[in-house]
Amino acid sequence: MDSEKRNQNYNMYVDAKLPKTKLFPSVAKAFLVGGLICCFGQLCLDLYAYWWPTLSEAELGTAMLSTIIFLTAILTGFGVFDWLGAFGGAGTVIPITGFANAIVSPSMEFKKEGIIFGICVKMFSIVGPVIVFGVVGSVAAGLIYLII
Amino acid sequence: MVSTNKQTVIFNNKPTIVGSYSIGGPLESKGPISDYLSYKLQDDKLNEDTFEKAERKLLEHIIFGAIDNAGLKLNDIDVLLGGDLLNQIVSSSFAARKFGITFIGLYSACATMAESLALGATLIDRQVFSKVCCATASHFSSAERQYRFPLELGNQRPPTSQWTVTGGGATILSARGDGPVITSATFGKVVDFGIKDVNNMGACMAPAAMDTIMTHLKGTNTKVEDYDLIATGDLGKLGSEILVDLLERKGIKLGQNYSDCGNLIYNKQEKVFMGGSGSGCSATVLNSYIMHKLLNGDFKKVLLVATGALLSTTTSQQGDSIPGIAHAVCIERSK
Amino acid sequence: MEFNIMNYLISFLVGGLICGLAQILVVRTSITTSRILVLFLMLGVVLQAFGVYPYFKDFAKAGATVPIIGFGATLAKGAIEGAKKGGLLGVLQGGLTATAGGIAVAIVSAFLVGLIFNSRTKHLK
Repeated sequence: MDSEKRNQNYNMYVDAKLPKTKLFPSVAKAFLVGGLICCFGQLCLDLYAYWWPTLSEAELGTAMLSTIIFLTAILTGFGVFDWLGAFGGAGTVIPITGFANAIVSPSMEFKKEGIIFGICVKMFSIVGPVIVFGVVGSVAAGLIYLII
Repeated sequence: MVSTNKQTVIFNNKPTIVGSYSIGGPLESKGPISDYLSYKLQDDKLNEDTFEKAERKLLEHIIFGAIDNAGLKLNDIDVLLGGDLLNQIVSSSFAARKFGITFIGLYSACATMAESLALGATLIDRQVFSKVCCATASHFSSAERQYRFPLELGNQRPPTSQWTVTGGGATILSARGDGPVITSATFGKVVDFGIKDVNNMGACMAPAAMDTIMTHLKGTNTKVEDYDLIATGDLGKLGSEILVDLLERKGIKLGQNYSDCGNLIYNKQEKVFMGGSGSGCSATVLNSYIMHKLLNGDFKKVLLVATGALLSTTTSQQGDSIPGIAHAVCIERSK
Repeated sequence: MEFNIMNYLISFLVGGLICGLAQILVVRTSITTSRILVLFLMLGVVLQAFGVYPYFKDFAKAGATVPIIGFGATLAKGAIEGAKKGGLLGVLQGGLTATAGGIAVAIVSAFLVGLIFNSRTKHLK
């Protein structure tokens, strides 16, 4: 029997049988959660600009992102964030909260394998690609600028 | 004798189930099989500091429980057959370290319970051993950290995903005694229909279940209607629908007597998507619900077809498709 | 002190829209966390490289900087500004210098939280 053909047919059959997720509720939740997190960022920006008027715009941005990253780390530690993430989906992943959660959760998870091989090595198991792509991409952008 | 298909074994010497024990985790204990469980966990860490150690302790508890239930002592057991989902089946072998009895480690992913029963019954039928303990367990959290993501990662589970059962069961087989009898078994072939989606195990394993069920029915010369229950291991909602379709195309109609352990174990309103999975799934349901019904006479003849997806994280990252396997055992109420 | 309500509205709408688009991708393709982060990060790098991002940021405020797009844009901006000042060496230093604060906070807090907390079994809600 032609097994390639059979597999193709079977894959098509399974695809047709997959449960259809309702797009709207999950997108609405992501919109809501993501939007609220961005609002919180805006609140941080405004407050920090009010408290420390001498800070530059870039420094304000860093302070705001650091605040969100730190809060996410704490929420992840207390086990709140996995619930928030399951609710908000991409609404928690795309804001910097997703980055923070993805670096903290493996660090917590693999501490039993030791500080070096657990926490330090596994910490980058999910965000490693983000840092690699970010650095490579930025260097590429800079090089292109140099050449042009 | 071995039937002509080289897979099905008929047992003439009545390998008898003389004891069984099952444990369910906190979520399983809220499900429909709750009343039949031998022991319900409140704390899924069992006071251990890692989930791996908790799974090991769970398995030790199950094995002791089953031996006790059979009214035997540890020394009476000739051989322990067991397996689990963790790499190098560490839970089983580390649990066996404690017992100091002969140990045969088995791995067929979630089909391990049926594999151990089929092998154990064969060993007894051929008079190699007279008392065999078959045990399997799995743990949601240890499986999750090995196969998927850290537990605290805020990700959404895909709608086709299944929930690894925290729990397990053990069965004591004996050459003599009273209890349900294993009358035949079919060892499965590895079947791969080219599914690559690691979040859709049901679709990966359904073809294997189809293959084994057809082989078993032919090898034992029985029909679907001869069984009070045909239970697949952990195909889940989608997988069992696929199996029904696949068999119907081959001219075999599964009726009311078909169900799936993954569908039986959790309440409908729990957000487990397609249902339960894991090597503990069929082990828990068999040794609680099914065994109870066999003993009280509701079921006279049961076919357990446990299914396993034979993947590792490495193979799926390398883009391989996911092969499945299914082993079947037929258990009958003794006259 | 200025709390411009419009800034909040626009942050909410733009941030929410980006997340909503990403969620469509998640539902349709069941993409993993790593992949989706990388994808949107690179979007930021590209937007900055083409000079579009600064306008977007002026318009959307925190709706542009909180999503990981902003992180990618900061990296690219650092590298490009480094190129203006220090040539090749500036390109190599610029990206990470601009984002050093965020990365340091992430690593330090991940390390500390990892030391202090244990992960728990997921509970169904």
